[in-house]
Amino acid sequence: MTNRIKRWSSIAFAALLLPSLVLAEKPPIVIGVAGSHSGDLAPYGIPTKEAAEMLTADLNAKGGLLGRPVKLLVLDDQCKPEIAANVATAMVSQGAQAVIGHICSGATKAALGIYKEAKIIAISPSATNPALTMGGDYPNFYRTIAPDDKQGQMAAAFVTAKLAANQVAILHDKGDYGKGFADAARMALEKDGKAKVVLFDGITPGAMDYSAVIQKVRHAGADAVIYGGYHPEASKLVAQMKKKRIDIPFIGPDGLMGSGLLTIAGANAEGVYATGPMDVARYPLNQQVRAAYQKKFGREPGMFFDQGAAAWQTLVAAIQKAGGTDYAELERALKGNLVETSVGKIKFDAKGDAEGVGFAVYQVRGGKFVEVK
Amino acid sequence: MSYFLELVGSGLTRGSIYALIALGYTMVYGIIQLINFAHGEIYMLGAFIALIVAGALTIHGFSGWAILLLAGLVAAVYAAAYGYTLERIAYRPLRNAPRLSPLISAIGMSLFLQNYVMLAQTPDFLPFPALIPEFAFMEPVAHIIGSAEVLILATSAVLMIALTVLIKYSRIGKAMRATQQDMAMARLVGIDVDRVISFTFVVGSVLAAIGGVLVGSYLGQINFTIGFMAGIKAFTAAVLGGIGNIPGAVLGGLVLGLTEALAAGYVSSAYEDVFAFGVLVLILILRPSGLLGRAVREKV
Repeated sequence: MTNRIKRWSSIAFAALLLPSLVLAEKPPIVIGVAGSHSGDLAPYGIPTKEAAEMLTADLNAKGGLLGRPVKLLVLDDQCKPEIAANVATAMVSQGAQAVIGHICSGATKAALGIYKEAKIIAISPSATNPALTMGGDYPNFYRTIAPDDKQGQMAAAFVTAKLAANQVAILHDKGDYGKGFADAARMALEKDGKAKVVLFDGITPGAMDYSAVIQKVRHAGADAVIYGGYHPEASKLVAQMKKKRIDIPFIGPDGLMGSGLLTIAGANAEGVYATGPMDVARYPLNQQVRAAYQKKFGREPGMFFDQGAAAWQTLVAAIQKAGGTDYAELERALKGNLVETSVGKIKFDAKGDAEGVGFAVYQVRGGKFVEVK
Repeated sequence: MSYFLELVGSGLTRGSIYALIALGYTMVYGIIQLINFAHGEIYMLGAFIALIVAGALTIHGFSGWAILLLAGLVAAVYAAAYGYTLERIAYRPLRNAPRLSPLISAIGMSLFLQNYVMLAQTPDFLPFPALIPEFAFMEPVAHIIGSAEVLILATSAVLMIALTVLIKYSRIGKAMRATQQDMAMARLVGIDVDRVISFTFVVGSVLAAIGGVLVGSYLGQINFTIGFMAGIKAFTAAVLGGIGNIPGAVLGGLVLGLTEALAAGYVSSAYEDVFAFGVLVLILILRPSGLLGRAVREKV
């Protein structure tokens, strides 16, 4: 009897000791990961989350950062601004020292003010709304992807130079991202003067039917359509254009790239153009990270995976260089330091945009996005 | 002129989609004065079930029409079961509660069903096969109105007539009208009111499922959120036409669809909803009980 009590008490003692062993470790560096992890835009956010989780596990296995473990705080904003503001507040109150995210421009904008107040740096892999950096309101914001106006300018140049269009119809989904792209394309076309913008109109995302606006495109005599928005509406538009027997080129931003458009629109997606990030597969670090992902998950990573990985890589390198997460030190490290990443060797300019990243035009050919040379 | 015709074609298309879904809405409201907010979700479930069945049948090499009919049939049966269960667990216990309670219960069921499908299926959009074949004789007017659109329009019309006949002339229809007029009195003369209401929900759900199959096939994509927008627009259509009135639902759907299409075509598609709801407000001011609705005096 006494023996048993002794044995139990020693186990209990050991159990009491365990937490103190954990406490003896240095406090972790907490990095927030915010984006759409559920809802219909989840495919845009999950790859970044997976990249951060995979790279962090690897880093911790190698002894962590500055001798401290890195802990991720993963929160889901579903790409909705109202949820993103709550997520940002939760990030601050739960002690995130820097944030990777958010994913959608609208949600990012809603969160940035809260991070700015709390002196937290946010690096987005995918929020491409130009005003986020150009506006100058958010000095704490960085991104590893080029802004939309570059994409819009690229689409405009492509439509006039390569597709020889004279009359262009521009549609958008009224969101920050889609309208930003459409505005940039319109501005570039008007400045350039080679083609006329014969229609500029918004559509309601999630509406049941777009045939009226498609008839309008025909009526306007457009010989190309530039669309700013995401793949669910783009799929509907290209399918209904085919139904209404309108056969003109359709070009959209990188929100169209990825498997969504290909699976939903199927054969109708054939021939659709999209501007998207330059091919980054030639960089050794990119190949290495992608190979690790392939090994762990057994499939190809999804949208913005490389930019997500790059956001993590630049952030970790900056924390390393700054010797901590002090705001001013981090800022200096991010802006002054060239870092090898999954999207090439980059550093950030004064506004927070990455130098050395850009766009190319892709086209769906044989059920795949192929770069148009 | 041809541009106008094209817009009218587009308006009729979306109007008939709204009408198809509004039929079930308005019927349930007509009998038990409950706005079944989960109706859009039954429509979404019908589309999902049809997608699964269509996938299975395609593997077994069935032809287009057979797939459309069988998938529609299975979806209707499933949706009927959902509608019946919904009424049993969410509305029947609240039969004698204040009117707000079943309304809140309906919103709750709508949220539950959406999230259930998201978790059980996928949060992504799914491609829906074009089950309605393109008729060769439609080709000259295909740029105005397509085969699928004509089929949806015809289905709405047929269902509208069938429903009217069912309610006017059949035995159960008589019982439905009696239940609508006075539930307690109907019970006294020996009508099984619970059974009549269950039947109403089953018919409403079958209509929603048929809508789900046809519209899914026309639009080519579905996801767990499609019921929300469809429900809102169908509800608007039902109110516009006079809620509880069956031909009114079809008329309301067409008016709504045409308003949206013409507004999109001649003004701006960014503001089509403004025009749609503007027309709703106008009609409700001029005719508070809708286009075909009759003013009902509150029973004392």
